[in-house]
Amino acid sequence: MFEYRIPLRDWITSAVNYLEVKFGGFFDGFSAFIYFLVDNFREGMLFLHPLVFMLLIVAIMWYMAGWKNGLIAFAGLLLTENIGLWEAFIETLALVLTAEIIVIIVGMPLGIWAARSDRFNSVIRPVLDFMQTMPAFVYLIPAVMFFGLGLVPGVVATFVFALPPLIRLTNLGIRQVPKELIEAADAFGATAMQKLLKVQIPVAKSTIMAGVNQSIMLGLSMVVIAAMIGAGGLGEDVLRGIQRLQVGQGFEAGLIVVILAIILDRITSGFGMKKSTIN
Amino acid sequence: MEEKIVLRNLTKIFGKNPAKAIKALKEGKSKNEVLSEQNQIVGVYNVSLSVRKSEIFVLMGLSGSGKSTLQRLINRLHEPTRGEIIIDGVDITKLGKKDLREFRRKNFCGMVFQNFAVLPHRTVLENVEFGLELQGVEKIARREKAREVIELVGLKGNENSYPSQLSGGMLQRVGLARGLAVDADIMLMDEAFSALDPLIRRQMQDELLELQERLQKTIIFVTHDLDEAFKLGNRIAIMNDGEVIQTGTAEEIISKPANDYVKAFVEDMNRSVVLTAQSIMQPVEDTAFPGDGPRTILRKIRKKGLTGILMIDTRRELKGYIRTSELVEYIKNHKEKEDLQFDKALLHNALSVDENMPLIDIINIYSGHQYGPVAVTDENNRLKGVIVKGAVIAALSESFEFDSPG
Repeated sequence: MFEYRIPLRDWITSAVNYLEVKFGGFFDGFSAFIYFLVDNFREGMLFLHPLVFMLLIVAIMWYMAGWKNGLIAFAGLLLTENIGLWEAFIETLALVLTAEIIVIIVGMPLGIWAARSDRFNSVIRPVLDFMQTMPAFVYLIPAVMFFGLGLVPGVVATFVFALPPLIRLTNLGIRQVPKELIEAADAFGATAMQKLLKVQIPVAKSTIMAGVNQSIMLGLSMVVIAAMIGAGGLGEDVLRGIQRLQVGQGFEAGLIVVILAIILDRITSGFGMKKSTIN
Repeated sequence: MEEKIVLRNLTKIFGKNPAKAIKALKEGKSKNEVLSEQNQIVGVYNVSLSVRKSEIFVLMGLSGSGKSTLQRLINRLHEPTRGEIIIDGVDITKLGKKDLREFRRKNFCGMVFQNFAVLPHRTVLENVEFGLELQGVEKIARREKAREVIELVGLKGNENSYPSQLSGGMLQRVGLARGLAVDADIMLMDEAFSALDPLIRRQMQDELLELQERLQKTIIFVTHDLDEAFKLGNRIAIMNDGEVIQTGTAEEIISKPANDYVKAFVEDMNRSVVLTAQSIMQPVEDTAFPGDGPRTILRKIRKKGLTGILMIDTRRELKGYIRTSELVEYIKNHKEKEDLQFDKALLHNALSVDENMPLIDIINIYSGHQYGPVAVTDENNRLKGVIVKGAVIAALSESFEFDSPG
């Protein structure tokens, strides 16, 4: 239909190339930092005897979500160890936790900012829409361009994918704090920081925790996809199962991902629930 | 009495071009016209009033009348568009952000809200110490103060409860305690008791009055309930469409409504609760003194055509009541003696009421009372006036217009 084709792909490629050349040092440094985090998480967790680590998780589950969930987690973890996926399990956990920590460090302040400024909110909302509707695979490309293959681009892609829900729900939670509570704090002469720390964040806590929970779940789904760029972990086993048509192997790894998802979900949602039963 | 808060020409416009709205209002346009023509809301327009130290000042009006807006202007939760807010001589509209914060901490007991606005994640104790915590008071000191006011408002034993475990009445006590914990003079209460059921509400009103007797705060109380306004308010400002229509005591408002709006407003009011002895009493025609002889007294009675006369001493302290019929009988029986002494047996106990007694209680006294007028006295038992039966009936009829009381 058209003679002329808009060189969109060339533009994007050259933009990415430009960034890579210009900020290569920054990316290398950042990459090293992320790798340091993930690797230490992984090594630290692998340093513990599997049984010790299992009991630790079961204890947290028990406390946060009741003894039934604790038992389910214990059974799942024993199965993981039994079928030889323990190391992959830990690696995936390390990846998700690292990505989630960065998500919280970046997402909470952005969410708070969005709640306090309508202008910033109107700027960031389309960006978040864009991030969430973009197919997850697409994030793998720039991640690989900037950080090569391996764990680090996996964490970065996961971070980008998991960031929006936390920003959205932090924003929502803080905006939903009743007007009178804010007025009360103002009337007593609260500073902006006191209002934030003593009123807004505590009252919005359960919504913010729902955001943390959502972003962990999204992150976990991304981690499996990130195996395509060599992020390792359980995703790698799933991927291998697909590539070699080994249904059993792929399914096994998939099942362990589900078990990890259940554990992370119950712990984080338990945290939100525990606070809200008081409210 | 000392003026604590003075508002001068206070105006609040919600909208993009307040100057335009004020101009329109000055040209005599109504609040509704400004809304429909300019899409700006007139919150409060040109309000001037003063609140005295240690009084309960009620802002009364229907929803949308601007009463809550006016209250929020006083601590600048809303920024005034025009006008001055002078508290203890300081024009707080001129304070910068930081000074305003300090001013609020020092002078306001926060605010008490209709829906309580207690922090759900904090216990009663932690809620009550909130204001002190913001001021940076040390934990031990603020805990002690918090426990003290918790006891004061009758919440002792609930220090560690969470708000979700408390009833509405108790939650409002928390709100009240939170304010009282901060040692400041001015308390702002926004429809504080409106969400409570009627029995609890009355109880809370009584307790507030009791507390006020002891604490002597300057309270600005917003309500849409006339009964509440008249019960609590030392003085009341009635608002409509962002303007104050009338300011005065309950009796002034009910006996001399400023216009038809106020008149319609107070029409349903139970007058017998609001009106007091003071507002229906009449001046005493004449009195007898302890030194007067029977004939002198009789002369006084005859001159005014009375059925009896009250006796007071030189300090105007009420001594008793003398019936004309008995006095005449006595004089008749002792005709021959020239120098007749007054017989103490003629002096009956006079029926007297305090000048602040509500009309409804006076009616009850009247029902069991056979003779004479009711004497009205002040707290030192000094005679201020008398109430006759006719005045009681007149006061209860709605069309009755009062002469200036007192």
